[in-house]
Amino acid sequence: MEINGWGRYPKIDAQVDELVDSCRLSALLQHPNPNVQLIARGAGRSYGDSSLAQRVVSSRFLDNFIEFDAENGLLSCAAGATLEQVLDICVPQGWLLPVLPGTRFVTVGGAIASDVHGKNHHLDGCFSNFVQSITLMLASGEITTCNQTTNSQLFEATCGGMGLTGIILDAKLKLEKITSVYIEQHTLPAANLDEIFDLFEKHSGNKYSVAWIDCLAQGSRRGRSILYTGEPARYGGLEKRGRLNMTAPPVFPATLINRYSIGAFNRLYYTMQTLGRSPDLQYYENFFFPLDWIRGWNRLYGSNGFLQYQFVVPQESAKAAIDTILREISSQGKGSFLSVLKKMGPENSNLLSFPLEGYTLALDFKIEESLFPLLDKLDRIVVDNGGRIYLTKDARMSDEIFTKSYPRLDQFKKIRAQFDPDSLFGSVQSRRLGLSN
Amino acid sequence: MQNSAIEPNRILIIGATSAIAKATARIYAAKGCRLHLIARNPDALQATADDLSVRGAREVTFSMLDVNDFEKHEEALQSAMKSMSEIDVALICHGSLPDQQASEKDFDLARHEINTNGLSVISLLTSLSGYFIEQGNGTIAVVTSVAGDRGRQSNYVYGSVKAMVSTYLQGLRGRLLPHNVHVVDIRPGFVDSPMTAHIEKGALWSSPDRIGKIIVNGIGKRRHTVYAPFYWRFIMLIVRSIPEVLFKRIKL
Repeated sequence: MEINGWGRYPKIDAQVDELVDSCRLSALLQHPNPNVQLIARGAGRSYGDSSLAQRVVSSRFLDNFIEFDAENGLLSCAAGATLEQVLDICVPQGWLLPVLPGTRFVTVGGAIASDVHGKNHHLDGCFSNFVQSITLMLASGEITTCNQTTNSQLFEATCGGMGLTGIILDAKLKLEKITSVYIEQHTLPAANLDEIFDLFEKHSGNKYSVAWIDCLAQGSRRGRSILYTGEPARYGGLEKRGRLNMTAPPVFPATLINRYSIGAFNRLYYTMQTLGRSPDLQYYENFFFPLDWIRGWNRLYGSNGFLQYQFVVPQESAKAAIDTILREISSQGKGSFLSVLKKMGPENSNLLSFPLEGYTLALDFKIEESLFPLLDKLDRIVVDNGGRIYLTKDARMSDEIFTKSYPRLDQFKKIRAQFDPDSLFGSVQSRRLGLSN
Repeated sequence: MQNSAIEPNRILIIGATSAIAKATARIYAAKGCRLHLIARNPDALQATADDLSVRGAREVTFSMLDVNDFEKHEEALQSAMKSMSEIDVALICHGSLPDQQASEKDFDLARHEINTNGLSVISLLTSLSGYFIEQGNGTIAVVTSVAGDRGRQSNYVYGSVKAMVSTYLQGLRGRLLPHNVHVVDIRPGFVDSPMTAHIEKGALWSSPDRIGKIIVNGIGKRRHTVYAPFYWRFIMLIVRSIPEVLFKRIKL
């Protein structure tokens, strides 16, 4: 079976086993072939090769809810349950996941393995902050639990650990109380990079903040952006709203996506957003998951796919680094529709977790030959400024860059060696980064 | 006697841990229904029951049954009746996908598949009909398959068994009509589930969730034969009308 990540690059042929319960899983792990590694896969929404391996264990059908304490907002569910399913149950009862990534179509297991972050990282941190415990199956077939106080080393290696410590079976999550399904959103335009950074600092007290940035704007307009801040609305009630959904066509001419169309789109978007209503009440799904209404939007980049490049740079050097990177991108005529800028809070104790205190920029690029050398160049700029690349989005980073930018890598490898001594778990990505050899 | 024409409330599901059954059960659970589940695996049953409770089911009970244990059918159904006293909907949703090539050559294998997918269903229907006649209302729904619409080279063992069940349901429908009991034949096309995990998927594949919605809808509307999704009705119409002299040559 051919599988790929959300970016549709790379694509590989894999043997995919669908998990229905944990009993058959231990049988799957029984007879490992040392040359064939195995990785768990949830919704497959990581962009690159994080969930690709010759053998894949899919948790799609492992999606049972185990228990929900509606008084205290504690939910236990199997790892294959999606955030969409969790929200569908919890929101009507007045509970929200405290950390939400940009799409709800990821599994709880995947959210933990990537230690995802949302529009409130600067205040609330990563997904794992609200994970009370994880149950996972180790390479030996043994099932164990871990959290911040029990087996904490395993917990810190598993959250953000990209599935390399074991197969997550279920998790217990702490939710936060809400009284409305709406978010009060303010839209604040910024004419250039200086202004957007000022706006972020000025609004760092807002619970949610995210900026869309025009990465093709040049000269005095470089870095022009729109900042969206959000606060949970107090009014509006908890009733779910119907969804307007579209599905991207299965085949789409990717030549339509080029610096001219992207440039035009960016200019139009900027103008329209500055004319829009602010403040405004946004239904939570539209606020947190702005692209979920276009099902399969990744297909718009054509069958060759696209690369998402997301990095974070520390506070002190963030503006300068991002300025340099924007210059580099626009000088090469490479553009991205969906450039997202966010402020991040301090890093947590998870060994491979991506965020650190500073700013993160995420860019989508259509795949073309000249893209790869550009990204290598950007890697150097990021790493020279003390930053790093997000594994969940990565499809091509070198192991040299990876090793340089993740200082707790050795500790991770030590813990992994303890729990997976024969290197049963591994993905195309972990092989590429020297993580699982 | 409760009027089940408004909204079904007490649901019995046989084969309750299968993907389509779970998807259907989840919709009923969200409506606050009372459910009784029957399946083989006690751990899976417990996990499914817990899941349905979280999703809003008023009450969930379950009992174990291997459908190929024909002697135990009566007992399993009795325990369900004891739990629920009245049943608004009985959904038969168990099955397996035979290895066509193996069962072509090995009759024991073929017979096992015929038991699992056909005779066990008929045995259950025989007992269920009795209960429903006594009850004087309700709906019996059985998941068959589009494969039953015509015998095809690629899966005629499966197809013929499902065809047997579909034909049985047609006759049963007439018999139960004067007793105010409704019979629904649900025919899914290609469904992306653990049962079909080994098959490469294409454009015509549906998720179990989508099939579940169609089943609940079809039962609610008292349909006779429900193709899931609807477009399979037209696909099978075409498949059925291809003259045999051509059809026997297509490796469909």
